Order: sequence, then C-alpha cells, then structure tokens
Amino acid sequence: MSTTNYLTCSKGWKSWFLTLDHKRIGVMYLTAVLSSFALGGLFALAVRLELFQPGQQFMDPTTYNRMFTLHGAVMVFLFIIPSIPAAFGNFVLPIMLGAQDVAFPRLNLASFYLWMAGAVFFLVSLLGGGIETGWTFYTPYSTTTADSSVVSALMGVFVLGFSSIFTGMNFIVTIHQMRPKGMTWFKMPLFLWAIYGTALIQVLATPVLGITGLLLIVERVAHIGVFDPALGGDPVLFQHFFWFYSHPAVYIMILPAMGIVSELIAAGSRKEIFGYRFIAFSSIAIAILGFLVWGHHMFTSGQSVAASVVFSALTFTVAIPSAIKVFNWLSTMYKGAIVLNTPMCYGLSFISLFGIGGLTGLFLGTLSVDIHLHDTYFIVAHFHYVMMGSTAVAFMGGLHYWWPKMFGKMYNEALARVCCLFVFIGFNLTFLPQFVLGTRGMPRRYFDYPERFQFLHQLSTIGAVMLFITFFVMFSYLLHSLVRGKPAPMNPWGANTNEWKCSSPPPFNNFDVPPPMENPYDHTNLVFDEKLGGYRAKQVINS
Amino acid sequence: MLVQMLTLANAVVAATTGEGFWFPEQASTVAGSVDFVYDLILWICTIAFVGIMLAMLILVVRFRKSKVLVPQPSPTHNDILEISWTVIPSIVLVVLFYVGAVKYIDMRESPADTYDIYVTGRKWSWSFEYPNGYTDAALHVPKDRNVRLMMQSEDVLHSMFIPSFRTKMDVVPGRYTSLWFNATQTGTFDIFCAEYCGQNHSMMRAQVVVHEQAEFDKWLAEASDYIAKLPPEEAGKKVFETSGCKQCHSVDGSKGIGPTFKDLFGSTVTLSDGSKIVAEENFIRESIYEPKAKVVAGYNPVMPTYEGKMNAEQMRVLFAYMKSLSAQGGAAP
Repeated sequence: MSTTNYLTCSKGWKSWFLTLDHKRIGVMYLTAVLSSFALGGLFALAVRLELFQPGQQFMDPTTYNRMFTLHGAVMVFLFIIPSIPAAFGNFVLPIMLGAQDVAFPRLNLASFYLWMAGAVFFLVSLLGGGIETGWTFYTPYSTTTADSSVVSALMGVFVLGFSSIFTGMNFIVTIHQMRPKGMTWFKMPLFLWAIYGTALIQVLATPVLGITGLLLIVERVAHIGVFDPALGGDPVLFQHFFWFYSHPAVYIMILPAMGIVSELIAAGSRKEIFGYRFIAFSSIAIAILGFLVWGHHMFTSGQSVAASVVFSALTFTVAIPSAIKVFNWLSTMYKGAIVLNTPMCYGLSFISLFGIGGLTGLFLGTLSVDIHLHDTYFIVAHFHYVMMGSTAVAFMGGLHYWWPKMFGKMYNEALARVCCLFVFIGFNLTFLPQFVLGTRGMPRRYFDYPERFQFLHQLSTIGAVMLFITFFVMFSYLLHSLVRGKPAPMNPWGANTNEWKCSSPPPFNNFDVPPPMENPYDHTNLVFDEKLGGYRAKQVINS
Repeated sequence: MLVQMLTLANAVVAATTGEGFWFPEQASTVAGSVDFVYDLILWICTIAFVGIMLAMLILVVRFRKSKVLVPQPSPTHNDILEISWTVIPSIVLVVLFYVGAVKYIDMRESPADTYDIYVTGRKWSWSFEYPNGYTDAALHVPKDRNVRLMMQSEDVLHSMFIPSFRTKMDVVPGRYTSLWFNATQTGTFDIFCAEYCGQNHSMMRAQVVVHEQAEFDKWLAEASDYIAKLPPEEAGKKVFETSGCKQCHSVDGSKGIGPTFKDLFGSTVTLSDGSKIVAEENFIRESIYEPKAKVVAGYNPVMPTYEGKMNAEQMRVLFAYMKSLSAQGGAAP
C-alpha cells in the first residue's frame, strides 16, 4: 500500500495542470463536471422554488427565464455531455485495455483546456447578465433579443464542441490501436463498446453544432439572413440544424450511461453478462439510428406532414435496441449472486428510471399524442427521466463504483445506499407530477401558471429540495472519505475487468506487465477475502 | 377484434384512473381519439413497466447473495429468447406508429369547408381576425363546424396550444401555418403560447369561446358593431391597432416606416416634391386610399392602398383618434 501511485508520484500544481496522465486528466474532468453539476443544480433549485406558487415569488420573469436557460445550458454542455466519457472514459478506458495511456495524451490535455475555455465563455455570459434564450437558442428570438451574452455563450458551445470532438477521436484511435493481444472486439468490456459508439457520435455530429452556432453568431452580428425571416432566412432551418446535433447528443449522454450499467449489473450479480453481442450491437445501432430521428423534436414546428411521419417511424426503431439492453441486464441477474452494494443499487435505480424515461418516449413518438404533449411539462418530465434519472444516476453509480479505484478510499457504504434511495425517491417526487402537469396542458418555460396546476408544482418543488439535500450529503461523505475513508482494496466489487487488476489507486503507468487476457465478465475465479475487504483470485489460496 | 379489445382496455383505464385524471375536458372532435391512443400506450407501458419491475424484484430476492452464496451456471446467451424480445416489441411499435400517424394526418390536413380565422401572434398577445374584417383578442368559434386558423407571427416563434382541443401548432414569422378543429362543446377554454417567446411568454394566454352557430353569428354582428358602441376615439384606436396602421405609424413621436400620428392631425407637412400641405381629413383620406399620390418628405412610398379595406365609418373614428393624439386638437387653420 505504501508504493507510489498516480496521485502521489509527483507533486506541485504543474504536475497536475501540465500532466499527460489520463488518470489525472480524468480526475480534473471529474472535479470540473461535478462543479458544473452543482452550479446547474443551484439554477434548477431557483427555478423550482420560484414555481412553488403562481405569480412572482422572489425573481422577475426575465431572471426566471435566465435561470432555466442557464440550468439547461450548464447541465447539457458542461455537465452531462462531458460527464461520463471525459471523466470516467479518460480514467478507465486505457486501464480496461491494459494500456498505459490513451493514444494521444497531449491532445487529451488540450481537450481538457478547451473544456475550460468553453466554461470560461459560459462564465462570461453569466457575469454579463446571463442568457435568456432557452438552451435551444431558437431563432429568431436568439438573433433579435437584446441580450448580447448570447454571442459569448455560443462561443462557449463552439469551443466545448471541439473538446468533445478531440476526446471522441482520441478514444476511437485508442480502442482501434491499443487493444492488447487477444482482446478482440467481442472481448472488450461493454463500457468500451458504449464509449466507442459515443465517440462516433461526438466526432460526426458535433461539427454540425459548431457550424450552427457560428452561423447564429454571424447572423446576430452581421445580419446575413440565414435564420431570421425578416432578412430572408428560415427559423425552421435552425431547428433542423440544431436537432441534427442535439438529438444524437442525447445518445452521447445515454450510451455511456448504459455502458456503466452493463458493468454495474454484471459485477453486482457476480455473473457473466447475458447476450454480450446483442448489447454491443445495440450500442452501435443506437449510435446510428440516433442520427435519423431529429425531426421528432419538430412535429408542431411547421415541418411537412410527410417528414413528421417518416421521423415518427424512425423514432420507434430506436426503442428496440434500448429495450434489448434492459432485457439483457435482467437476464444477467438470473442465477447470479446479487449483492446490493451502492453501485448495484444505482444500477437497479437506473433500470427503473430509464424504464419510465424510455417508455414515456413512446407517447411522444406517437404523432397524434405528441401534438398535445409537445412543449408541455410531459416533455420536461420525459427528458429528465432520460438525462437525470438515467444518465446522472448512472454517473453517480459509476462514481461510487470507481471512486475506490480513483482515490484508494472507501466511502460510508450505508450512508451511500441511503442516499441512493433518496435520490430515487426525490427524483420521482420531482418529475412524476410533471407528467400529469403536461397531459393537463401546462406549457413548459412558464414563469406564471393558472392556479389549478399549483398542487402538482408544489410536489415537484418538494422533490427538488429533497434531491438537493441528498446531493449535498453525497458530496459531503465522498469528500470526507478522501480524508477519513478506509483504504480501498484492489477489487472491492469482484469485477474482472482490467482496472480491478491494479492497485487502488493505480500506479502511474497502470501496469508494468499487461494483465493476462481474460473474459472480462468471468467472475468464477474471484473469491471474497475478509482480510482484504475485497476480492482476489482463487489461485492464491492454493499456492 | 383488435378495436374491441382496445375499447375494452380503454374503458378499464377510464374506470381505474378516474375521468379527467390525465386530461382536461374533451372539447373537439379529435380529443377522444387522442386520449384513446394515449390510454392505449399507457396500458402497454404499464404492463411493460410492471413486468420489468416485478422481474427485477423477483430476481433480486431470489438470487440475493446471502441466499444463493455463489452464482449458478446458466447460458450466456440464447438466440431464440433474444430475437423474440427484439421482434415482439417491434410489432407493438409498428401498431403505435400506425395509429398515431393516421390520426396525425387527419389533424393536420384540414377539410375543404372550413370557416377561416386569421390569427396573429406577437410578443405577447394574440389577435383573431374574422372573415368580415373584425379583429378581437379572444377566439370565438361556432360549435360543430370545421374552423381553420391561418396563423402568422409578427416577431418570434409562438405556438397556438388549445389543451381542451388537443391541438397545437407553431406560429412562425415569415409564413402562414395553419390548424383546424371542430369544437364539440360550448364554453370557454384556455389558449396558451407553447413556444418560448421571451419575458412574458407565460402571460401570452387567451381564450377560445365556443358558441352555438346562431349565438356565434349574433356575437360577431354585435362585436363588429363596435363603432356604434364605443366613443369615437376608442373605436378609432381599435381601428388603428387592428388594421395594420400601428406597424408603421407610431403614436409617441418616434420615427417609423411612416410618419408618427403624434401631433400629426392639423399640422403642416412637407411633401417629397417640396410643397407644403395641412394634414386634415382630405389629405389623410387620400393618403389612405391612394398612398402614393402625396408622400411626406423623408419617407418611401411603401404604404399599400386601403381602398376597399377601410370604410367611411372606420375612417371617421380613426380621424377622431388621430385628433386626440394631436396638440392642434384637429382645428384646421
């Protein structure tokens, strides 16, 4: 335990800020995205508290509009999109391959600084008064609003896009080039399949967002007339451009989350993952189909009836690979030996919440029903079940799963499980009432509302406060564990992917000798050792 | 057979969830079928979700480590099983797509015999223009009649959302979008703007009032007769706001596409050929019917003619309004 690891091998701020080590870069990303999550959470809390009663509570309509815009923009661009790939992907991907780093370590550090630059642009627009266009920047509102912070926010989006593209390219090359001998595509951990599918979307879709953002800036500054009808442009064109990226972006968010859940369920069930190929292929299927469904955000926008019908049909096809994954995770648990540790609890929580998030998508994909539900709280509830209930919950699962590996410390397991439960309860209390608000006709992005909606809004606000407190407790015990936590064993969960075959925290170069190639989901050779507080290979007993 | 089963399932949903738990009243011809498809999906999703949750619960309890100690061997894949849980949901999804798309096409393609009302959305109000040219801030429609809204926006995106009719359509600047419905209940229902449009987005609400046809005709005749009912200045203000004057002519002295109406009436203006003229009734009448005949210096001849669009009565009250805005008080020299 006293040997040096990646955290202790060098000291001083330069050793962090100029590091090329994928693990340190991963930890820096983790700190950055968690800070963004906290900031976005504060905005969300402000929005929910303002909506506790109809009329004005403690902010005027313009401030409210800024709050929900900043909540959306910070959560989407600074938290969810980079969260799992940039933080956990960076930390875990090379170790899972038994490699010493990603293919391009310098590019990796550059990606991080691009993220920081993007975040600075966001902060500039925040200090400049904040944007109030909605995170979707719909034209012509965004091109005509007096709020000049729109330009700096869009610059932020543009720069963050490059961070995302570089990370994606880095991961694609790493997975192609650096798999060890014997690790064929179908012997890779499923998390890597998910990261690979995500990276494909990052590289192919993000440039479209960059160009769209640039066009919007030029439109605002030089009035060239691309999106503003007063100048001969077309506002619906902006929506096509925007969703051409932003729908695939939903899969940038959910695919890596599904990858984490595959790891959590397999480890927590002590069982080989069921239907490996179907899960792997479904990741790629989601990545491809995700490109073809953007028009389902526009069923009421004025796009043609024929286009809407085609987009509806394509939208339903995405449901299939998602359903396959859920069935395969459940089958993995069959005849396993299920341990309800914190990561597994988050895995099960994900299956429930993603179940609701995915199934409510069927209402919205169905054209005649979507006409009523579009732009109401039903949508708000649906995408929060997918983005927060699924992606953020999987992120928390990954955080608790890899925390001992990243920092070499165990957190308070009992408290962590209680928090997992309260995240589940608080989340459902916040967003289940919003489905009913939506079907009853409550439009989204409303500062004020008719009194008949008040009770459901109050339930939702109470849930949001509960979530806020729970996350505060979670961050507290995680930080506490860094100081007072028990040392983590090499393999606390009994998983067989490579990151559990090096010390916790890993040494600087991960492995002196690459670990032997094994089936990443064969847990039969691992036994629990009371003395270690973790799992170890069986052979050691015999020797 | 399928339809009967769905109707039965729907009836059970209505019985279990209680009438009106999910939706506001059904006040248009499409509302019933939208709710029916919603209930159908709700049933499918409930069955799927309860199934998944039960399976999860049973697996966790049955195969918990404290009970089974070690995992038991079982197949790591099963093609027949996996193909079947790919194909069966696919069939369900095809059905959902079909029922949703068929109704959607109905909802979007308006029938031939519609009663057309022109709608304008702006930050942050709606106005509704009836076939006789009368414009109102509320939408009044006859019951049991196909009504089509031809909608345009003066500024940014808006969206016409009538929850009780289960219908919604974005209002896009630079083009007409349309929406049709057939109201089945008399009464007053909410209209919301559903597309974010800035500061007072949540205040951009209006009402739709459904009348019996005879009542509607009576309402429209009376409402259109505002010139007789209101004081001339107020009636003139209404003409000014609803005829398209205010888009180019300000009332506060600021320069628009055309001259401001503040202090205009009775003043002396210079025309583009250098001559001067007093802005009294005859000049303004000519400027409304033949806008290009005499153009005020510094402005372009871009105003369209209102010949046939504005009658003598409307013009009379408009003069009254313009006089009320002018310091000269309309006293011609």
